[in-house]
Amino acid sequence: MMKLLIILVLVLAIIAIVQLTKVNQLTRTLRQSREEEITNADNKMNAWLMMVWMIVFFISTIVLYIRYGNYLPPPASEHGVDVDKLMSFNIWFITGAFFLINGALFWVSFKYYYRKDRKAWFQVHDNRLEMLWTLIPGAFMAVVIIYGLITWNKMTGPAGENSMRIELYSKQFNWLVRYPGEDKVFGTANVNMISAMNQLGIITEDGMNTMLGEIDGKIAQYTDSINTNRAQLPELRIEAMENQIYKWQRQKQRLLDLGEREEQGLSAWVAGKDDIITLELHLPVNREIEFIFTSQDVIHSAYMPHFRAQMNTVPGVPTRFKMTPTITTAEMRETLKDPSFDYILLCNKVCGAKHFNMQTKIIVHTAADYDNWINQQKTYVATEASPAETPGSTPADSTLSAQPIASLQAAPGH
Amino acid sequence: MADSEHTHDTHPASHGDDHGHSHDHGHHHHEESWISKYIFSQDHKMISKQFLVTAIIMGVIAVTLSVLFRLQLGWSGQSFGITNFLLGDRWAKDGIINADAYLAMVTIHGTIMVFFVLTGGLSGTFANLLIPLQCGARDMASGFLNMLSYYAFFISSVIMVSSLFVENGAASGGWTIYPPLSALPDAIPGSGMGMTLWLVSMVFFIASALLAGLNYIVTIINLRTKGMKMMRLPLSIWALFLTAILGVLSFPVLVSCAVLLLMDRSFGTAFYLSDIYIANEALDVTGGSPLLFQHLFWFLGHPEVYIVLLPALGIASEVIATNARKPIFGYKAMVGSILAIALLSFIVWGHHMYVTGMNPFLGSVFVFTTLLIAIPSAVKGFNYITTLYKGNIRFTPAMMFCIGLVSTFVTGGLTGIILADSALDVNVHDTYFVVAHFHIVMGMSAIFGMLAGVYHWYPKMYGRMMNTKLGYAHFWVTFVCAFGVFFPMHFVGMAGSPRRYYAYSEFPFLQWVEDLQPIISIFAIVGALAQLLFLFNFFYSIWYGQVAPQNPWGSNTLEWTTPVKMGHGNWDGPIPEVHRWAYDYSNPEHEEDFVPQNVPLKPGEHGH
Repeated sequence: MMKLLIILVLVLAIIAIVQLTKVNQLTRTLRQSREEEITNADNKMNAWLMMVWMIVFFISTIVLYIRYGNYLPPPASEHGVDVDKLMSFNIWFITGAFFLINGALFWVSFKYYYRKDRKAWFQVHDNRLEMLWTLIPGAFMAVVIIYGLITWNKMTGPAGENSMRIELYSKQFNWLVRYPGEDKVFGTANVNMISAMNQLGIITEDGMNTMLGEIDGKIAQYTDSINTNRAQLPELRIEAMENQIYKWQRQKQRLLDLGEREEQGLSAWVAGKDDIITLELHLPVNREIEFIFTSQDVIHSAYMPHFRAQMNTVPGVPTRFKMTPTITTAEMRETLKDPSFDYILLCNKVCGAKHFNMQTKIIVHTAADYDNWINQQKTYVATEASPAETPGSTPADSTLSAQPIASLQAAPGH
Repeated sequence: MADSEHTHDTHPASHGDDHGHSHDHGHHHHEESWISKYIFSQDHKMISKQFLVTAIIMGVIAVTLSVLFRLQLGWSGQSFGITNFLLGDRWAKDGIINADAYLAMVTIHGTIMVFFVLTGGLSGTFANLLIPLQCGARDMASGFLNMLSYYAFFISSVIMVSSLFVENGAASGGWTIYPPLSALPDAIPGSGMGMTLWLVSMVFFIASALLAGLNYIVTIINLRTKGMKMMRLPLSIWALFLTAILGVLSFPVLVSCAVLLLMDRSFGTAFYLSDIYIANEALDVTGGSPLLFQHLFWFLGHPEVYIVLLPALGIASEVIATNARKPIFGYKAMVGSILAIALLSFIVWGHHMYVTGMNPFLGSVFVFTTLLIAIPSAVKGFNYITTLYKGNIRFTPAMMFCIGLVSTFVTGGLTGIILADSALDVNVHDTYFVVAHFHIVMGMSAIFGMLAGVYHWYPKMYGRMMNTKLGYAHFWVTFVCAFGVFFPMHFVGMAGSPRRYYAYSEFPFLQWVEDLQPIISIFAIVGALAQLLFLFNFFYSIWYGQVAPQNPWGSNTLEWTTPVKMGHGNWDGPIPEVHRWAYDYSNPEHEEDFVPQNVPLKPGEHGH
């Protein structure tokens, strides 16, 4: 019923506009007024509307700045302080330019509307003016460039010797965090080693042997099945199974090709044993962290707005970003008077249907609390032994959001 | 003084003018069937209208998509009957768009708007309409290639729209379609057939753009009439000229980018893929880099946005000068700034890639070049305003849209300064701040240029006038609503809201800016409805509009010297000869407040 009414109203509205236009046309013909002759009344009306708009526009802008101008809580990282200062400087500059230039535009539009007895000023060019508004913006740009690049160079420079490396591993649709453990070296990882218990594909000698064994087992099982049941199985099914056997053989070959490698005096296949994998990102305050980002499947982006940090995570191309957190979670909760506040890491590069909910918490501890926490974490080799305790191995862990939103539940089949 | 810009009335390759110089009168003798006049036309005027109407239809589709997904963003998770009515159960069961459909909609919205509306509809329409007329040529250098360029565009449009109807949905990786997401059907359903169709459509689109661009360049260089030196060309032609050059140089890179992606998708190559585990297995391919795609894509992508913007700026120069009854201020500086923008636009693409993991030093280079491009853009903005200063402004609807263009160009350009600064981009990259920026410069500034062009040259296209009052209503509602949509988005983005998010309900830290979302959506709905005023005006006036006089706006350029009803060959008699520049408005040496380009110099007059 409602739909019918809406459609009816729309149709009637269209008919009304058609009729009004026809009336307008007829009136114009009767009055012998022409569309291309803009009446004085129209010129004046539009000139005044320009002024009215300018005022409405400027006031709305100021209101928006007042209500929404405090974009984020104070920056929780060292470089974040520099970034915010740079941002503030730039925002002041562009806001000033915005008001001045728009003001000039609407002012001249208002002031110089057409009057029959006036002739416009035949002003063809003025090189001095052109110089002025080339050099002045040029000077501003020079300042913006230099100030911006100084900040950028500091942010993107190499990490210090004492920095702590943490790997952020992204996949559809959650984050895993890897700490290098006591030996401070990340174990080699490879996609061909990935399994439910080993989401990052960390290679250890045992793990490699187990994986190779499993593959052999699967190949043998399928081969047997085909050989014994060749008569009964449909053609397509045999073909699919043979394809799968081929894929497993390829995977085995890629694993064998990996070979052994030495890294920092430790065999890289040993380094992974003490790696720690968690679902949430825990950081010690006032310690320089160098993040290494990698991705399992598509490009994601590690966005940490409270820390003014962002970096794409790219499969096959490790990326990095360094930062020093300066405000613990507890301190920020105090400042914001919000005991439920948490820092957040969210995905910021479209990565699939659940892109809008690919997040994990970031917890910044005091140094002591962080040490306590990390000592309690299980190393990779421990989880290899008891797989059920591997973070991220159970489906419930695949997204941190406990309550899927109603609209997702209402729309099955994606 | 040697006139090195030798121009002469060569006869173009188009049919209908093989009479030689002695009595060329542009009448063509062949009988035209309805099909050869309206469907397979080789006449630039008909082709321009074909581009325009196709772009309008594509625009309606894209705006409808945007209104629908704004319903989801403004009132997250709420049911709206219209979404189910238009999208069906697969995409919007129970009136709520699902997450996959949402991504497909934003992808196709962006693709249609950037390519089909703002490139096909802006360049395609106005280059075709204006280049021969304003240069003083009978038609484009090759009417046949011109026709092919339209048909490639048409086929491309059909394929793109058809991709909305495939089983797994249209391409869904955003209009930027980064691999591996766009290369792997397992990553998102739209990366199956939908993505294949997207790529095929774009291959046709690029073919169209190349055919057209070559035609435009050759026509401007070779077919200018006698006396039309390069520095007497109206700024619209300069803009369209540089746009065509940009297109010819950068679109082929997108082809290569798309071909490599097609190969990765279908032929087992690994240009963009390495070390991937998806759908429970590790992919065999290694050695590629997704960053290669991004470099190739943005090498086109950045010039593309200037391909979108420059014609709008060129149109604005014409419309503003004509309606302010004043020469465009600083013609030479305006030409110079178009050249500078065109040149610089090739070396700024990396500003889309600051947070991709690209070498930070490379990032600094792009910061430098990108902030440089702000300078010629600023010069143009200031010159527009100075043109209005002490002018005698006539507020035609076209003029209003041009003033709106200047306002949005300045506003959007200023936020570009934030994005150009890599250290600042770190926190706003891929947030609503970016969405606000590019919508204000493209979805407002460039579109306003297109609308201004339609209102201003409608009499040339259809021999009739559009209704002025409807034009005013259209302008004011669109202007206010569009700012109402995009201005608040800056704040939504600065607060940390990523783009391409189906919903923001999962993030407590963003709830405070979510108040803005329904406001934005309401402005979007009203603004979209206001376009009906334009659509009605446009189509109604084709048949029932007031018949146009020969030069309704008192403009100087050559297109207004043709008869109102133009045949093939544009001018009934010989092509006019040009004696002056296009901007003698309110010249004190003349009584009339305009002096068309073909009026000879008075004895002792110093021409331009």
